[in-house]
Amino acid sequence: MNGRWLLPFLASGSLLSQEVTFDRILHAREEPQNWLTYSGTVLGQRYTPLTQISAANVKNLELQWVFQARSLEKFEATPLVVDGVLYTVQAPNDVVALDAVTGRIFWTYPYNNSREAHACCGNVNRGLAILGDTLYMGTLDAHLIALDAKTGRPIWNVKVANASENYSITHAPLVVKDKVILGAAGGDLGIRGFIAAFDASTGKEVWRFHTIPGPGEPGHESWKDESWKKGGASIWNTGSYDAETNLTFWGTGNPQPDWDGRNRPGDNLYSDSVVALDADTGKLKWFYQFTPHDEVDYDSTQVAVLADMEWKGQPRKVMLWANRNGLMYVLDRVTGQFLFGKPFVDVNWMSGFDEKGRPMRVPGKVPTREGALVKPTVLGATNWYPPSYSPRTGLFYVSSWENTGTIATEGGRPRGTGNTPMAASTLGTNLKTEEEGYGAVRAFDPKTGERKWEFKMNDITWAGVLTTASDLLFSGGREGYFFALDDRTGQLLWKASLGGQVNSGPMSYSVNGKQYVAVCAGNALFTFALK
Amino acid sequence: MRWPGGRWRCLSKNSSQQPAPAFCMMIGMRTRDLIGAWLLLLVAGPLRAQHSYTAADVEDGARVYQANCSVCHGPEGDLVPGVNFSRGKFLSVKSDEDLQRVILNGIPGTPMPAATFAQFMGFPVMAYVRSMSAPGQRTLPDGDAVRGKLVFEGKGECLNCHRVGVRGSRMGPDLSDIGGLRRAVQLERALLDTVRDPSPEYRSVRVVTKDGKEYKGRLLNLDTFTVQMLDSGERLRSFSKTDLREVSVVTDSGMPSYKDKLNTQELADVVSYMASLKGMGTQ
Repeated sequence: MNGRWLLPFLASGSLLSQEVTFDRILHAREEPQNWLTYSGTVLGQRYTPLTQISAANVKNLELQWVFQARSLEKFEATPLVVDGVLYTVQAPNDVVALDAVTGRIFWTYPYNNSREAHACCGNVNRGLAILGDTLYMGTLDAHLIALDAKTGRPIWNVKVANASENYSITHAPLVVKDKVILGAAGGDLGIRGFIAAFDASTGKEVWRFHTIPGPGEPGHESWKDESWKKGGASIWNTGSYDAETNLTFWGTGNPQPDWDGRNRPGDNLYSDSVVALDADTGKLKWFYQFTPHDEVDYDSTQVAVLADMEWKGQPRKVMLWANRNGLMYVLDRVTGQFLFGKPFVDVNWMSGFDEKGRPMRVPGKVPTREGALVKPTVLGATNWYPPSYSPRTGLFYVSSWENTGTIATEGGRPRGTGNTPMAASTLGTNLKTEEEGYGAVRAFDPKTGERKWEFKMNDITWAGVLTTASDLLFSGGREGYFFALDDRTGQLLWKASLGGQVNSGPMSYSVNGKQYVAVCAGNALFTFALK
Repeated sequence: MRWPGGRWRCLSKNSSQQPAPAFCMMIGMRTRDLIGAWLLLLVAGPLRAQHSYTAADVEDGARVYQANCSVCHGPEGDLVPGVNFSRGKFLSVKSDEDLQRVILNGIPGTPMPAATFAQFMGFPVMAYVRSMSAPGQRTLPDGDAVRGKLVFEGKGECLNCHRVGVRGSRMGPDLSDIGGLRRAVQLERALLDTVRDPSPEYRSVRVVTKDGKEYKGRLLNLDTFTVQMLDSGERLRSFSKTDLREVSVVTDSGMPSYKDKLNTQELADVVSYMASLKGMGTQ
């Protein structure tokens, strides 16, 4: 073959330097122009050190470009940005590579899910992982696919679980060292949850941790009879990683059936928990169960936010967690020790914690024949949408709901009333009063649980939160506004109406010294930068 | 991949209205795609006499077949027991109408599904399946895939432009699963034929910035204001045309003929190797 073009290929020394090594991912904060993993770093903080956009100039933000997805599904993905290239997922599982400056398309990888593919609550995908020159995506039909980041060509495709048995994958995988870690959704449809690690080069499965222990394993006794086989405890949000302890942390979903625990007496381990696994082996190091024997659907599929802070006069490696059950927690992430828990919304299902950090239930706040008013109700005080922690302010920011509703059993069949509808991509109208429910971004001091401020919205929110080193907070809501707040006061500084619900976590990147903020709303990805 | 010399045609030039660079396109020596041209000579003629298929029908059908049918029937059409398209062997099909009906409706009670592609593609797929049994297509002897791999990666220098798995260049077509997409006879002709138009997704582009820097690579997108490419260093790049003084697109393929570069056995071995490339598939 004619070799005239060979020389430029071989002479190019930049190829290796462009590769995303795990060391780069681990130290992603040192290259804030990029967004190398779902939450920005493996710590799950969704915080950017970029400062070009500030409180003083944020009013000058203007739209740079829009990517219109060829999909009517909710757009929940957080993009990755690597050296000026933005990668995202057009739901359910088409991957696109875009120029991060112009939004023009480099390539598209279309993926056709098998006919068995289905999920309980939308055919969504929340993003990708990258290592080297390879992108990784979990699919609705429970496959894990490796793609060439330069061309979108598939490199390998492995079946993680059977879609025909209600397994699906909706979250962005997490890369740790040479492994791609992810889990399966489908908890409300009767799966047995798991987290699994795959060799990033070959797709070969390295380990699998079942989030419901099997016979003979500790915790199996927390299930009755065969209930463990379809007990849920699914995975549908990305985990975090602590390099010092080599632990990866994952939140698990509710036990199944979600509103009827009569056939599964016991704590139903490890549903509604955080599990800390050795990243090399998948062995369980510790766990903490937020809601033992859940009968309300308090999925604990939030992002584990890792922070190092002074705790009662001593430096401590902690984990911050705002849970769907309405409680904010601080755990020691090395040992799993419960340090602190406090409601961050109105909570009536528990009255406090015992000395081990187990919630003390309020009798009757479970599904009854007549119906019990439970706060927070089924859709929770928060959900999968990612919170943020700013190491600069030391505050923990949570998209929160105040919501009311009852859960009743009628003739043995549970039903809920007064619940706010699920998210959709399009705008709706809001007729609720504040007493009936509202959404807010709330800022908390994680050392005390004290609420520092809140930004109220008339409607509830399915949007994540991003904070910046210039003391800005970006978020949005179901009303379709994308806005910037002062992260120390909650003061509104800027807003844009995007014409669709914001169902994603914002992120930020820069190219050639220009900072961008990106968020998905409706069926599109929007990017903003200063005029 | 080479950067062909030859004629260039400027499609647009700088104007006072747009700060766009001169835009030139190289005129290919031949404009007909290999498969279409070859089939026109060897297949479509006799078929047209019998069934009024055109070369374009066969070519269109080949694309649909490779995307939809090849996974079960195989590129040679011989993977389903009792059926062999290369030998014109079918279970129940007799007429073209029968064949088209099976393509579109499937066979109930069997793994043969109804088509998911547009109904009007039933005819070209039928034309392609019929064309597969046209006689006298292979010219090379049987080869050895193991030896072919050595030639492919060595003397042939195929990895300079092509990629197999995670090895080789991304500038030309990725051949990781070419054996599942193309028939051996097609691979053979691709090696023996001379310059032709590549698929548009493998066109080359060259830009020169206003400060004189030159970038070459594979064209990914071209619009009124920007150009996107995978450059020769295999980096995804985007340019604003306001920063460029020249944009040139080459529609010729950089793929040379290997007719005189490899001997007959080497060519046969390379064909065997390529025919063995089925990708990693789903595990």
